[in-house]
Amino acid sequence: MIQVIDVDTCTACNICVTVCPTNVFDSTVGIPVIARQTDCQTCFLCELYCPEDALFVTPYADGPQPIDVSQLKRDRTFGSYRRAIGWTDDTGDARGLDRSYVLLGR
Amino acid sequence: MTSHPARAERLSGSGFVELETDVLVLGGGPAGTWAAIAAAEHGASVVLADKGFCGTSGATAAAGTGVWYVDPDPAKREAAMANREALGGYLQDRRWMARVLDRTYDNSHRLAEWGYPYPTDANGKTHHTSLQGPEYMRLMRKRTKQAGVTILDHSPALELLVHDDGRLAGATGIRRQKQDNWLVRAGSVVIATGGCAFLSKTLGSNVLTGDGYLMAAEVGAELTGMEFSNAYAIAPAFGTVTKTLFYSWASFTYEDGSVIPGAASKGGRSEIARALQQGPVYAQLDKADAEIQAAMRLSQPNFFLPLDRTGIDPFKQRFPITLRLEGTVRGTGGMRITDDNCATSVPGLYAAGDAATRELICGGFTGGGSHNAAWAMSSGYWAGGGAADYALRATQQRRAPLARAGTVGLRGGSSRPFDPAALAKAVQDEVFPYDINYFREAGRLDASLNRLDRLWHESSEAGGTTSDHAQRARESAAMLATARWMYRSALARTETRGMHRREDFPRQDEAQRHAITTGGLDEVWTSTRPKADADVAEAAE
Repeated sequence: MIQVIDVDTCTACNICVTVCPTNVFDSTVGIPVIARQTDCQTCFLCELYCPEDALFVTPYADGPQPIDVSQLKRDRTFGSYRRAIGWTDDTGDARGLDRSYVLLGR
Repeated sequence: MTSHPARAERLSGSGFVELETDVLVLGGGPAGTWAAIAAAEHGASVVLADKGFCGTSGATAAAGTGVWYVDPDPAKREAAMANREALGGYLQDRRWMARVLDRTYDNSHRLAEWGYPYPTDANGKTHHTSLQGPEYMRLMRKRTKQAGVTILDHSPALELLVHDDGRLAGATGIRRQKQDNWLVRAGSVVIATGGCAFLSKTLGSNVLTGDGYLMAAEVGAELTGMEFSNAYAIAPAFGTVTKTLFYSWASFTYEDGSVIPGAASKGGRSEIARALQQGPVYAQLDKADAEIQAAMRLSQPNFFLPLDRTGIDPFKQRFPITLRLEGTVRGTGGMRITDDNCATSVPGLYAAGDAATRELICGGFTGGGSHNAAWAMSSGYWAGGGAADYALRATQQRRAPLARAGTVGLRGGSSRPFDPAALAKAVQDEVFPYDINYFREAGRLDASLNRLDRLWHESSEAGGTTSDHAQRARESAAMLATARWMYRSALARTETRGMHRREDFPRQDEAQRHAITTGGLDEVWTSTRPKADADVAEAAE
């Protein structure tokens, strides 16, 4: 479930408001807010579309979970999914690394 | 084909958007975007309305999926068609399987031309047998826009519109981020709203509540195969990420650490369900060697999110799992297709993707993401072309008076309010339990249907909702309608075939190698259609 919009890195571009398929965020005069947290379907797509890696989705689908934002930042957990699929500037090569054919061939 | 894309025409301004177009596509997942692009290529103006955001909405965008892509080698194609016929209960149609394989091959190569980054192996061979959802759907949104399609995001359709003479006229809905309404007058409509997973939180599926089935049934469309609707997927107990393939390398244990006899991802999922009825079940991917582990990491980064973020090493540690209902998203039932262009039983109404039946290629057992992905790109392509041709052929006046076709959850008689959350929960209580839906039996199905029918009649009499709740009201009404078609069809099939398991009829009955059609709202009906094609090998069992 979406847990935090990091106030230090969010630039209020509102992309998350636009791309969330279940309309969890609302735009405001400042940075967006998590307006309907329990509507989150834990699909992690907002993390992929956030250009600043300012969002963090916990894997717990059924309710909010406390998190330690500074620890997650130190561990580079913010943005880890986006890097894994090759959607950051320096990870683009990962886009073509799908090895499903190895798994499907077994 | 026109050199400049045709554009939908805007009829009015602020506060309420009204558009006139040749083709209206409802749903912006793979099937909807392929439909929109194909319709535009046929020269039609196209509007695509998505409940969420076209590009992130639906079961594909959040996931990675195999694709039923097979090289055009007759022996390979034959093997691909033959290998799941028994599993599907011999209800597939060879002609449709062959044309889906052809279409999927062509469309996959178009994706490559459009820049989809298919992987290449050490021998230089490019592999087209899987797609990364975020990458695929980001590309499909881009191509849809480039085709000149007008996309309405965050614009759930609430109901279809008809002319006074009964002709289909378009649809109307809300723009939930603008707090207003949309209305599209269209010559034809493609329903590509996905299946129904009953808000079970299976990955990416909470937008898939059967809305299209309900809207279609309200104008008289038929459904088929709705008894094949009890797919359950393995996920971490606390999470959403389902990836059945990976659990092929898992062992499954009880709380005390002992192995659950017969439990497996394929061919042993019912043992997992039975164990979950008794207590917690754990999985560990201890059968994956180093090469498989590395391939899993590269193929499906999202599989590891719930595990990495909770400090679980799935190869070395066991973790609690559950089975989440995927309903008709992974089932094979849906709207009945009546011709090669994915027309439905209602003139001008087309169906594609999981909103349509997948019995034609899967029979009664899911082909998994692979067949569904192939079906989505093929049926979407055909439905878009068919809808465009229909709309461009039609000469009738589109601006004639309109009537709204919607029923439950929109306008009611009494002052008793419609409570969408309570209704959704009540439906889940009927469709989630393994002892009603997974393991089926006449008495339990009948009792459940009585409760569901009562809910329908209560909901029909309840008052309407405010516009804030209109989407939720229609979602819960669609879930309720879907559950009733499922269980009425499940009662009508007095045998075990495909994923439909009857404890009181545990064997496949050759006399029931037919399809079951269903439909209706206040009164749900079923009937059977003979299985026509003779070239499917008979079961020797």
